[in-house]
Amino acid sequence: MRPLGAAADALAAGEVTPQELLDESLTRISELDGRVHAFLRVTEREARAAADAAGKRRASGKPLGPLDGVPIGLKDIFCMEGVETTAGSKILQGYVPPYDATVVRRLREAGAVIVGKLNMDEFAMGSSTENSAYGPTMNPWDLSRTPGGSSGGSAAAVAARMVAGALGTDTGGSIRQPASLVGCVGMKPTYGRVSRYGVIAFASSLDQVGPMAIDVRGVALMLAAIAGQDPSDQTSSSRPVPDYAAALDQPVKGLRVGVPREYFGEGLEPGVEREVRAAVGKLREQGCVVSEISLPNSPQAIATYYIVATAEASSNLARYDGVRYGRRAQASQLLEMYEKTRAQGFGAEVKRRIMLGTYALSAGYYDAYYLRAQKVRALIRRDFERAFAEVDAVACPTSPTTAFKLGEKVNDPLAMYLDDVYTVPVNLAGLPAVSVPCGFDSKRLPVGLQLIGKPFDEPTLFRLARAAEPREQPLPPLVARG
Amino acid sequence: MLPKAQVRHVARLARLSFTPEEEERLAAQLGSVLQYIERLNAVDVAGVEPLSFAGEAGLPLREDEPRPCLPREKVLAQAPEQDGQSFAVPRIIE
Repeated sequence: MRPLGAAADALAAGEVTPQELLDESLTRISELDGRVHAFLRVTEREARAAADAAGKRRASGKPLGPLDGVPIGLKDIFCMEGVETTAGSKILQGYVPPYDATVVRRLREAGAVIVGKLNMDEFAMGSSTENSAYGPTMNPWDLSRTPGGSSGGSAAAVAARMVAGALGTDTGGSIRQPASLVGCVGMKPTYGRVSRYGVIAFASSLDQVGPMAIDVRGVALMLAAIAGQDPSDQTSSSRPVPDYAAALDQPVKGLRVGVPREYFGEGLEPGVEREVRAAVGKLREQGCVVSEISLPNSPQAIATYYIVATAEASSNLARYDGVRYGRRAQASQLLEMYEKTRAQGFGAEVKRRIMLGTYALSAGYYDAYYLRAQKVRALIRRDFERAFAEVDAVACPTSPTTAFKLGEKVNDPLAMYLDDVYTVPVNLAGLPAVSVPCGFDSKRLPVGLQLIGKPFDEPTLFRLARAAEPREQPLPPLVARG
Repeated sequence: MLPKAQVRHVARLARLSFTPEEEERLAAQLGSVLQYIERLNAVDVAGVEPLSFAGEAGLPLREDEPRPCLPREKVLAQAPEQDGQSFAVPRIIE
């Protein structure tokens, strides 16, 4: 599978048909997914029908747009009519949504060929995909390591060239961190840029949908298809969607890029620091004005996030009670049915977060935890507002580490949480950010550069990301060998 | 370490139930996360307005007009137990 932008070009030029691209995708999945486990289910029948329809439109010279006939995977958090959707949880096993999420509908309307549903940490809670109730996903660069999470299946499918693009969601880094760990591009758009209707909720003030692909242009093409106001999501913005593709080739000369000193501290692996600083150097060579800045409250972001996100999650996940959908445990009394259903249906990390969130909201603790965290959240956002008075974008590592070993952090929740130290502040502030591959560490594992922008300034991020991205992203050994 | 009585109280609020071993493990794990969160107490938040939502200010309201919704049978089809009209649940009162 070629990168998404190249696939779109080849389709437009008639060099390949949607059916051929889908065959490439399905063949790659059957060859590699037994080892990678990116997919929870492949929707071959629906995909073939979509590819045939796209093929007819392409043949008659009337494509719906650049994505018409492009194979795309969906994180299993997006409701898709008629296709089981579990969010990586046992409690939703067998749930077949009666409707499409708005982003799924928009991808279909753009002609995208949806190939299947991708693995994830249960309810998007995790940074390694090990919290999936259906087993972990492996990193195509090293099968003993994690692809990151929670959108780990999406990242691994893109990196292993099983699909040209994938959708993920990002509540605290769940698109950017896995993109960084597998060497692909992943964008978390501004809060409100993309509809959340039909997206299974984790923390509603932080969740945002975003695209992942090998190339920056592919991510821009996907965002153009899914962005925009939706009457079914009150928090979706009415601002017009700019022409992202047009932004890609604008020079970056004169753009001011801030490098926050707090993002190069303790816990940052030397191989990551080296590659990220080299990428910033590359931007400087192209005429960016680079300066050091400070985001002094960022070190409080993880603590703030684990109050805000768990509080919202404890409320959102109250809906899983065995009454309207999903699994139900047998019990003679209603209360017992609720407790048994939830005790059997949720995994350990989800229960831990529901407990933490319930505790933080409970009588006597609300002011000390939830209210205080919201105030620190305001300070974190103020840091960015001040920074953006001086710079056009912020550049820093996406993750402090490259891909870690499966099992390494699974019994230490706090260590796993700290992996999100550079991504979480962005969600708390509602900003857009993108992770772009920028090199490899000494173990030949991918490193990601994170670029953070002003609200709704995705075009500047695309310009910078395009300037920073490698001319060609190498294939993981697994894919190169076949 | 969170007291185990506290773990049980919060579990009841959250409609969860745990075995004694799980309670033990949770008390330790939640305790260590809460200990980490204590660092927020050192931040000066005097005069800071809490931020609960980082989206655009002034969310629009729409007219409260009836719109078509999903057909009842399609929704009920997902329920573990239903009687064709409503969701069915175990008995509430003896």
